[in-house]
Amino acid sequence: MKLTFKEKMKNYLTTKRIIKISVILVAYILLAIFTTNNMYSLLRLTLFSAVPLALVAMGGLYSERSGVVNIALEGIMMFGAFIGILVLHNLQDKGIDGQHILFLALIIGGIAGMLFSVLHAFASITMKSNQTISGTALNMLALALAFFVGRALSAAGTEEITFRDSYRISEIPVLKHIPFLGDILFERIYLITLFGIVLFIIMALIAYKTKFGLRMRACGENPQAADAAGINVKRIRYIAVIISGLLAGIGGVLLIIPTTTSFKANVYGFGFLALAVLISGQWKPVRVLIFALFFGLLRSLANGIAFIEADLQNIPFLYNMIRALPKDVIEMLPYVVTLIVLGLTSVKSRAPKAAGEPYDQGKR
Amino acid sequence: MKKIFNSNAFEKMLATLIAIVAGLLFGLVIMLLINPSMALGGFGAILSAGFLNGGESLGEVLFKATPLIITGLAVAFAFKTGLFNIGVSGQLMIGAFFAVYVGVRWNLPPSIHWLVAILAGIVGGMVWALIPALLKAFRNVHEVVATIMMNYIAMYTSKMLIEATIYDTVRQEARPVLSGAVLPTLGLDKLFGFNQLNSGIIIAILATIVIYILLEKTTFGFQLKAVGFNRNAARYAGVNDKSNIVYSLLISGALAGLAGAVLYLAPGSGLKLETTHQISNYGFQGIAVALLGMSHPIGTMGAGLFFGYIEAANQELQAWDFKREIIDIISSSIIYFSAFTLFFQRYSHKFMVWLGKLFGKKEVEVATETVNDEKENGGNDNETNV
Repeated sequence: MKLTFKEKMKNYLTTKRIIKISVILVAYILLAIFTTNNMYSLLRLTLFSAVPLALVAMGGLYSERSGVVNIALEGIMMFGAFIGILVLHNLQDKGIDGQHILFLALIIGGIAGMLFSVLHAFASITMKSNQTISGTALNMLALALAFFVGRALSAAGTEEITFRDSYRISEIPVLKHIPFLGDILFERIYLITLFGIVLFIIMALIAYKTKFGLRMRACGENPQAADAAGINVKRIRYIAVIISGLLAGIGGVLLIIPTTTSFKANVYGFGFLALAVLISGQWKPVRVLIFALFFGLLRSLANGIAFIEADLQNIPFLYNMIRALPKDVIEMLPYVVTLIVLGLTSVKSRAPKAAGEPYDQGKR
Repeated sequence: MKKIFNSNAFEKMLATLIAIVAGLLFGLVIMLLINPSMALGGFGAILSAGFLNGGESLGEVLFKATPLIITGLAVAFAFKTGLFNIGVSGQLMIGAFFAVYVGVRWNLPPSIHWLVAILAGIVGGMVWALIPALLKAFRNVHEVVATIMMNYIAMYTSKMLIEATIYDTVRQEARPVLSGAVLPTLGLDKLFGFNQLNSGIIIAILATIVIYILLEKTTFGFQLKAVGFNRNAARYAGVNDKSNIVYSLLISGALAGLAGAVLYLAPGSGLKLETTHQISNYGFQGIAVALLGMSHPIGTMGAGLFFGYIEAANQELQAWDFKREIIDIISSSIIYFSAFTLFFQRYSHKFMVWLGKLFGKKEVEVATETVNDEKENGGNDNETNV
């Protein structure tokens, strides 16, 4: 039965959807009116940590939705960032165009993450070993490798890999005139951050709108049934874990380049934070994105609070409260709030049913 | 004879041994890649540093093994009760702060001061474990994520606490503890000829025994394990699953706090609480120890001694121009390979059968079948426990 456009629209626009859309529209207009220039600076900073967080959480979504718990995200991020920044460090003075090097570093970081995640896939799918053990081992291994190899390669014997940060683009023509979004997304931005956002959307669509995505989610809920329907569970899981490695590796590079100018074998626990984002986002892309933005905002407060101090002075109560807080407390906030959010949302939390279980054909 | 060769535990030991060898070889490969000329010498140092200088080396192994055994126990205990406590590091940091605080600030008679400081450390670890425990028991928050978050919170909290109470602004570290709060050496330093060795190792051994008895010989331990094995079944059998989850994380945290106290109250180690933004590495090493020890208290002690043995190569390695992280690479790859236990076990089983044939037993065929069953069970057992 073919539906006309009018009928399609009628089906789509339920009351719930209309309310949702109008709330989003009103919020958007309000934001566009009331956001000051200082706030835009803070929001851009937020993006620098929220995008990698969302991307790595999306990696976790792929892996866990296919049925493989991936605690190794932190280690994969670490490894991807290590290799990516190493590439950047070595190519920087070779006279190649900046943006090209940037994307090269990003892609090589992603490939490094993929390769590293194969170790996890092999252990947890082929070897049917405990996925938490394998993940923990890989986290430890990535940290040790980044330290050891980093120190062996550097002249000073430290694990620090430095790079010059000159990749920020001042503006993107036309697009920057979009109210609100244009100011955040298309001014004083890194192209790779935008790339990260696009990648997130593409991966979300693949997970939810394609045959592969459906099969993958089936493998995470009921692998026996998926197998009976002719799906190669092991293959799907391998692909999902490797995709998660790609995203985590890219996420690692994406985190380091905009936020610092040196990699010190540290990704600030973002792999773990991404797991928390994934759980509080209930393994669903839109919610994951919302929580990632939220945590990104908290994360960037420690450095970004200075931006909005002038604005905050209009609200003396809030201003005094924030001024009274030591910097350590503000830096601690994302972790504390994560715990609180998890405490509030986890009671009804429902992980993919088969996550964490090696696939056993003989089991029903 | 047949019984020994075909026993499940023996197969597991062999599988662990294979993992250790594989991990060591991986470390050797990395060393060869980084610095081929020094690699063999450095590798030799890792293998031999633990006994090269007789008593002194042994003393160093025991000293290095002490915190590893205790943090390993903390992780292993949680594993046995079905929980993965990645937060041992955070609990250790807070425990260490409590212990050092008592050691610096309280004026107590020397004979009990160190004991009180250790108790304070235990309390600190328990306080830090209580939050994820409650979240897990009552709010269904996954303990892995909760304890990781607590690690980061501990990092900032301990920094602020140290700076507010026991900070030496000149040296930018915590003040040294009073002499009465330093752990007694009990003459162990003289006995082994290694001056840092102290009663910590005795505490570690005592803790191992206590945990072994608690887990294997008491009803309470059985209930904890039952909840870990199947929470719903245990509840059906009349066990209070919620309070048991809280208890087991509290005990795990207490051990972590104990490890922190033993580490930072040690005499002459020069180890001071620092206020850098770094999460203590001991908790993560504890995970490695517990995994290699298959979460059994005695196995954990053995694994702690093994890692202590490798760690003792630290200074030797410098002479061969290798950084200490190679030890971390080796231990983490050992853990990675030990995750393959099930796979290795299949081969070690075949090896066992082959050995059995060598001894000309006729019932080998029959034995193979029963062991096959046993292995399946053992495998499942392993998965759920760890």
